[in-house]
Amino acid sequence: MSFDQLYREVILDHYKNPRGHGALEHADAHAEGQNPLCGDEVSIYVAFGEDGETIDEVRFEGRGCAISQAATSMLTEMVRGRSATEIAALPKEELLEEIGIPLTPVRLKCAILGLGVLKVALHRAKGTPLPEEWSTLANELELDADD
Amino acid sequence: MAVTAQPKLDSQRIRADFAYLEELRDGKPVAFLDSAASTQKPRQVLDALRDFYEHSYANVHRGVYQLAERATAGYEGAREKVRAFVNAPSTREVIFTRSATEGINLVAYAWGLTNLGPGDVVVVTELEHHSNFVPWQYVAKRTGAAFRMVPIDDLGEVQLDALDEIARTGNVKVVANNLVSNSLGTINPVEKLAAWAHEQGAIMVVDAAQAAPHRAVDVQALGCDFLAISAHKMCGPSGIGAVWGRAELLDAMEPFNLGGHMIRSVKVEETTWGQLPYKFEAGTMPIAEAYAFGAAIDYLQAIGIDVVEQHEHELVAYALDRLGEIDGVSVYGPPADRRAGIVSFNVDGVHPHDVSQVLDWENVAIRGGHHCTQPLMKRLGVSATCRASFYVYSIADEVDRLVEGLLKAKQAFA
Repeated sequence: MSFDQLYREVILDHYKNPRGHGALEHADAHAEGQNPLCGDEVSIYVAFGEDGETIDEVRFEGRGCAISQAATSMLTEMVRGRSATEIAALPKEELLEEIGIPLTPVRLKCAILGLGVLKVALHRAKGTPLPEEWSTLANELELDADD
Repeated sequence: MAVTAQPKLDSQRIRADFAYLEELRDGKPVAFLDSAASTQKPRQVLDALRDFYEHSYANVHRGVYQLAERATAGYEGAREKVRAFVNAPSTREVIFTRSATEGINLVAYAWGLTNLGPGDVVVVTELEHHSNFVPWQYVAKRTGAAFRMVPIDDLGEVQLDALDEIARTGNVKVVANNLVSNSLGTINPVEKLAAWAHEQGAIMVVDAAQAAPHRAVDVQALGCDFLAISAHKMCGPSGIGAVWGRAELLDAMEPFNLGGHMIRSVKVEETTWGQLPYKFEAGTMPIAEAYAFGAAIDYLQAIGIDVVEQHEHELVAYALDRLGEIDGVSVYGPPADRRAGIVSFNVDGVHPHDVSQVLDWENVAIRGGHHCTQPLMKRLGVSATCRASFYVYSIADEVDRLVEGLLKAKQAFA
């Protein structure tokens, strides 16, 4: 692996110019999480449309490595306008494909931190349990259960 | 590249003892700058480990056959080497543990649970590794004692003038501090803290995991009551460490782990404890690893621990100079003369994980993270730092390669 492979242009661009950055004052769903291994932090805010289902707006705040922050930035672009139920069940592969770089196990956790936090927010707002795969990760990554 | 450091230690000869340093990746050796996490192991230690397992291995102490006696002699010989290394008065006071962490837990549980209570104060510093922070916080909570942290100043040095205020909050019973900070390399004023602890009627517990590899450690000169070390940070195997404690304290303490070997007699009505140090060594210990710990001490003493200290100081001074030349690099911690061979820093706008990743591609291995010192990271106002650390086999050329790698990381993220 080389620099260009891991930090491809689009990753660096999202890292330096994050999309959907900031907080939402009246969020319908919110969660925050961190990766205790490296201190990456992500907070996600979601506002639903009038149907209470469509993700109308999604914002994030956070600090951490280029992979964690760029992946969360890309995630906001990926989920805006889609249904909360669909995203709550979104396989991580869809995000990883978008990120499009090979990741070691340590860096994989950086990449899916934002998605894990978003899932916690959506499942909590919907009152549905986190799927098992994500609840294991939620423990490991301290995907905060309450705000 | 001008190299001002002139170590008296023969690094090239020493490097030949470490197999990994001779391996090439992309035609280059890896600059291993993560010795503060764990050091590489010299052939002499690995040979001792293998030789012991092949020719001297049996369970220790009760076997009457010759092999068991040889194993016991090897294990107890290592205890004597540890005793001499920390200048302890007696081998009875030297307890083998799995690690420095386990040594501190032993003291926290076996001394803390019976001697602490409401109104008492347990004091640590803002510089502690979690291993000397979390056990005390936990035991304080369990016993109702208060838990206080001595703050550090902007150079990463313990603020001794905060002690009086802490003393006013209750009966100080424990003061715990690392002799060398694993994150910043700060050499802490343990002698002064120990004197203050004793004025308060407290015990002084020293985490010397990061100090013992770097400088002579003398429990009597430090004036402490307990001191813990780990073999893996000083050329020895993982899975073995030691804690020294004053005999009168150890004698009065309850045991920590219970089971075989730590008993005098076992009856259904009552069990009585064995003599020191066996009272604290339940079950089969890492026997060969203890023996190899002794070999690691031999290895360091053959070089000379003062020579090791001088070598690390020269390298860290050189590293601080070179890092100071790079715009946008912030270095944490005290000046070179008050620190061991550890440098924590950050590159503006680049997360330590990304710095470490870029450096890895340049075949430079450093650590990025909180280094098990989250309270310190909070004090520094960062979530993580990059940390480069040096040992007997480290050379100035590796510092140059670190600097070149950092320039690349900076450029890539600019």
